[in-house]
Amino acid sequence: MAVLELEDISKQYGAITALTNISLTLEAGQVVGLVGDNGAGKTTLVKIIAGNFHPTSGHIRLNGEPVSLHGPKDARSKGIEIVYQDLALADNLTAAANIFLGRELTLTARTPEEAERPWYRRRRWWLPVPEILDYRGMYKRAGELFMELKSETRPRDLVRRMSGGQRQAVAIARTRLSNPRIVLMDEPTAAISVRQVAEVLSLIRRLRDQGIAIILISHRIPDVFAVCDRLVVLRRGEKVADKNVADSSPEEVTGLITGAIERA
Amino acid sequence: MTTDLSLEKAIGQRTHSGFVAWLVSRQIFWVLLAAVLSVIAMSLLTSTFATPNNLFNVTRNFAFVAIVGIGMTAVIITGGIDLSVGSTVLISAMTTTVIMHAGLPITIAFPAAIAASLTVGAINGVLIAIAGMPAFVVTLGMMSIARSIGMVMSNNALIYEFGPDQAILFAIGGGSVRVFGLPIPNPVIVMVLLTAITAFLFNWTRWGRHLFAIGGNEKAAILTGVPVRAVKVSVYMFVSFCAGLTGFLMVGWLGSVTTGLGSGMELTVIAATVIGGANLAGGSGTALGAVVGAGLIEIIRNSLTLLGISTFWQGTFVGGFIVLAVAFDRLRNTETSE
Repeated sequence: MAVLELEDISKQYGAITALTNISLTLEAGQVVGLVGDNGAGKTTLVKIIAGNFHPTSGHIRLNGEPVSLHGPKDARSKGIEIVYQDLALADNLTAAANIFLGRELTLTARTPEEAERPWYRRRRWWLPVPEILDYRGMYKRAGELFMELKSETRPRDLVRRMSGGQRQAVAIARTRLSNPRIVLMDEPTAAISVRQVAEVLSLIRRLRDQGIAIILISHRIPDVFAVCDRLVVLRRGEKVADKNVADSSPEEVTGLITGAIERA
Repeated sequence: MTTDLSLEKAIGQRTHSGFVAWLVSRQIFWVLLAAVLSVIAMSLLTSTFATPNNLFNVTRNFAFVAIVGIGMTAVIITGGIDLSVGSTVLISAMTTTVIMHAGLPITIAFPAAIAASLTVGAINGVLIAIAGMPAFVVTLGMMSIARSIGMVMSNNALIYEFGPDQAILFAIGGGSVRVFGLPIPNPVIVMVLLTAITAFLFNWTRWGRHLFAIGGNEKAAILTGVPVRAVKVSVYMFVSFCAGLTGFLMVGWLGSVTTGLGSGMELTVIAATVIGGANLAGGSGTALGAVVGAGLIEIIRNSLTLLGISTFWQGTFVGGFIVLAVAFDRLRNTETSE
């Protein structure tokens, strides 16, 4: 069954049309590459799925249920996690601190789900007790997540001292905290060295192997072909192709992006 | 079993290779070393430094700067600044003075002084965090507004009568407690308690974690659901609380209040926190650092006086230490980025 279904999604900003009737389905354990030139509508589409924007028209269904997303926090609580292009990491904190940022485990909130609730629903008693951090619990869970991702990153390391690949691992491990069903990745291979790209691509495969549906936005066609099962091409707000990677070629995709090939 | 073992190992791995390496990489260690060396040198060079009386004065003098510095550290960790602390000290002192001069008890004056200070902090915080105005400009404006309100409250009269609870007020701000036979000034006791509480809040609570996250990458903090606005309002209220506490203690110590109280204090406080290792760009700082920084400044000041060197040289020394502290921070960061 499809994890995520988009039906006839359109988005207008005043007189400007950013997206026209986009329909898209996403299956569990599938990596879908979303490609297109600057201004093709990739970011708008992702922001709609992430809950940042409301579509002007169209429907979103999660596991067959129609949903309306109100902001990134709401999307996160419905199982949609986002890896931002700049990774949204605080350099001055450790890997574990970054993974748990905004949902730190404390003595009163032992799980990330509990930590995400508003503080007044987390209290066991009505006293202004400071929420004391559960360092042990966070280091342990972070270590397990890096283990699952087969990453060399250590929970106590400062993000400032990490390579681009390790930073990606931290950002990806963060999405695993809440057992998401969908992970959106915005240009994960754009700002890192060639050697680290392979590391990141294998992280994406590990996520997929755990049955997570992934949308990968990328400018780098070779990366899309290396890791994606399907690819979707956007041009000027329209979907011009949606096909299995095996049935396509980098040349065709480039043609579709630039408009040399009308549709496929 | 093997996976468990390697997991334990991975979790247990520390960034720092050893205790000595960790220690020498800390700015606070070098500042503390400088302070300790000056104390030793002064004790050997002069007969006036290591007297109980002088040490009592030195510790009490720096306690006031240190208490505000602890609050300032919280603000600086989030990447902000508060220039209005000196004026907040005056507001708190004036509130205490006016209420007690009117014959009301200290049990009303103290909460009122703290409430007045927290109001200043809340206004700063709301304008910065919610209206999105730059902290420098907001607190610069507040520095002027709060001082002027303090002047209006006093009507420029020198007040030295504090009603029925005058003795209690003077005992709190100017008195001392005997610890192991040594008289410890009350402001120093407050400073020590506040340092311990704040260090705990910084390192062991969600609030502390969020301060560092906001200073490190505010956008990331917003995206990950950290209540950035609430935390930012809270730090400006926290520093104002510290300034309010200082103002209240200073009234008791001085026995009178002039409208010049706390003027120029903001720069000494910022200097102390920077010397103690806080980074004005945000993301780092410790409660103890502010205390050690304030201590070093006061030791320099006191030493110059006792050595008979013109107090005009004070600024050169304090300024030199600020530049040195930032240079040290810079050096350390270039090392780690490679």
